[in-house]
Amino acid sequence: MSNAPFAVAVREVTFAYGERQALAGISFSVARGSVHGFLGPNGSGKSTLFKLLSTLVPLQQGSARILDLDLAHDTAAIRRRLGVVFQSPAVDKKLSVRENLRYGGHLYGMSGKALEVRIDELLVHADLQDRQRDMVGELSGGLRRRVEVAKGLLHKPEILLLDEASTGLDPAARRSMWALLKSQSAVTVLFTTHLMDEAAEADHLLLLDQGRVVAEGAPRALMRDLGEQILEIQSNNATQLASDLQTKLGVTASVFDDLLRIEVPNCHELVPKVMHSFGAQVQRLTLQHPTLEDVFLRKTGKRFVAIAKDKGSGGKSRRSRR
Amino acid sequence: MMSTVRSLWHREIVRFLRDRPRVTGSLLQPIIFWLLFSGALHGSFKPGGQVYGEYFFAGTLAMIALFTAIFSTITVIEDRKEGFLQGVLVAPVPRCAIALGKILGGTTLGFSLGVFFLLLGPLAGVTYSPMQGVATAAVLFVVCLSVTGLGFTMAWLMDSTAGYHGLMMVFLMPMLLLSGAFFPMQDAHPLLAWIQWIDPLTYGVGALRHTLHGGAPGIPSISVCLAGTMLFAVLTFGLGTWVVTRRSARDAV
Repeated sequence: MSNAPFAVAVREVTFAYGERQALAGISFSVARGSVHGFLGPNGSGKSTLFKLLSTLVPLQQGSARILDLDLAHDTAAIRRRLGVVFQSPAVDKKLSVRENLRYGGHLYGMSGKALEVRIDELLVHADLQDRQRDMVGELSGGLRRRVEVAKGLLHKPEILLLDEASTGLDPAARRSMWALLKSQSAVTVLFTTHLMDEAAEADHLLLLDQGRVVAEGAPRALMRDLGEQILEIQSNNATQLASDLQTKLGVTASVFDDLLRIEVPNCHELVPKVMHSFGAQVQRLTLQHPTLEDVFLRKTGKRFVAIAKDKGSGGKSRRSRR
Repeated sequence: MMSTVRSLWHREIVRFLRDRPRVTGSLLQPIIFWLLFSGALHGSFKPGGQVYGEYFFAGTLAMIALFTAIFSTITVIEDRKEGFLQGVLVAPVPRCAIALGKILGGTTLGFSLGVFFLLLGPLAGVTYSPMQGVATAAVLFVVCLSVTGLGFTMAWLMDSTAGYHGLMMVFLMPMLLLSGAFFPMQDAHPLLAWIQWIDPLTYGVGALRHTLHGGAPGIPSISVCLAGTMLFAVLTFGLGTWVVTRRSARDAV
């Protein structure tokens, strides 16, 4: 095991699919044993980053060290120490749970009694003992995902990479998957997600947009930086209302489509004033603590709405349900 | 590396055996083809004076090898689409092990089905000595290896099963038809006769005819047939392992 201070260190990595730039000079470090999240909408580059780190595609520009090994040259050594869980299922639906785990173990040089014992251990952690002989194709999405995670953990990797691992899972299945992950305390976990509540599971979070890091830090700290409260007003004529608020109340609001956002200290005191002066123009008014969505909005000037449309119910955020 | 090869090979066999329609189709299709063709052409077509059922027997063995290779290697595209392949590509195994496992898996299936059909020969009046049977099985193995290697290479480079089917119809089927599996080519149009000689399956079918019947008119000598078959197998096997070892952005698709 390496004594490098960081499990992963990425410097100025860029990646393009032909003309399309997917990563535009991204840099970050991941502390050993931490849970590191990557949050971003479709096209933000998080899946490309995942494919690079998992050694699926070669590095084009920049440098990356994983467990103090060079990603460009030490691919084979890195692979032995990585566990990977893909967004698309990498299990064989026509094989049983146990067979999938056994084949997965063989790929990592495991065999015989040691492999069977490790499979038994993980079946217990994943609560899959009763389903071990079932074909994976017969399992629910949540159970199938647990098989994937168990497969990723078989060879006791030092780093586990998860790409949108909980996409399509209901909240209970997602909790169950995270319980399995957290039962492996020695593992450094890197996960990509478009779900705000899942992103909050991270010790450290990177917000990505258009292949760049737009914000970085502990989720709570990122949200705290925005202040105590945010006032949001939905209106048919948001631009006019913003102008009126500035003129009559001296309050500056940011406008995003039909949404006004006011981020000033003690903004709860504005609620009665807004309702008194502009009640007829207000469709909905929300006073709330800042969320990661607010952080994204502040940093990029864009909303996460498109993601919910693309990703289905599992990805619906509070705001996107409007 | 060998445990990976064994694992992927085993997966091919297990998946085949669990797919009952595929097992049934694979066992019955050559029998039905042989019965239909030999029955229909029995009285009218005697290539080189040979009863058509006997002539088509070696051709059916080549057909089994090719069709099994097609259906086996097309799973590479499914594996890529469904995500299974990604899990293998990021594992600490040499990529040639992936090609080896898949090609040997498909070869084993084609060889087993071919041997099953070969054993039915005496029931259909196609007789051969034990030595001829063993020699035919050995040639069959090499033919299976070559066509599975070819199918694997094509499948690895394709993105859709529909595209693979298209290529099968314009490339693999003509390859089978021009090989002399269904009809002799010695009196064919000069252009077709010329294509026959660059068709690698011609030598496989020829080698099967030599081992099974002691030869047939219009086919190359046994040494040329064996050399051509071996060369085809080495080339396609090498090509299959080469395409797999190239790591590119396409792997991420």
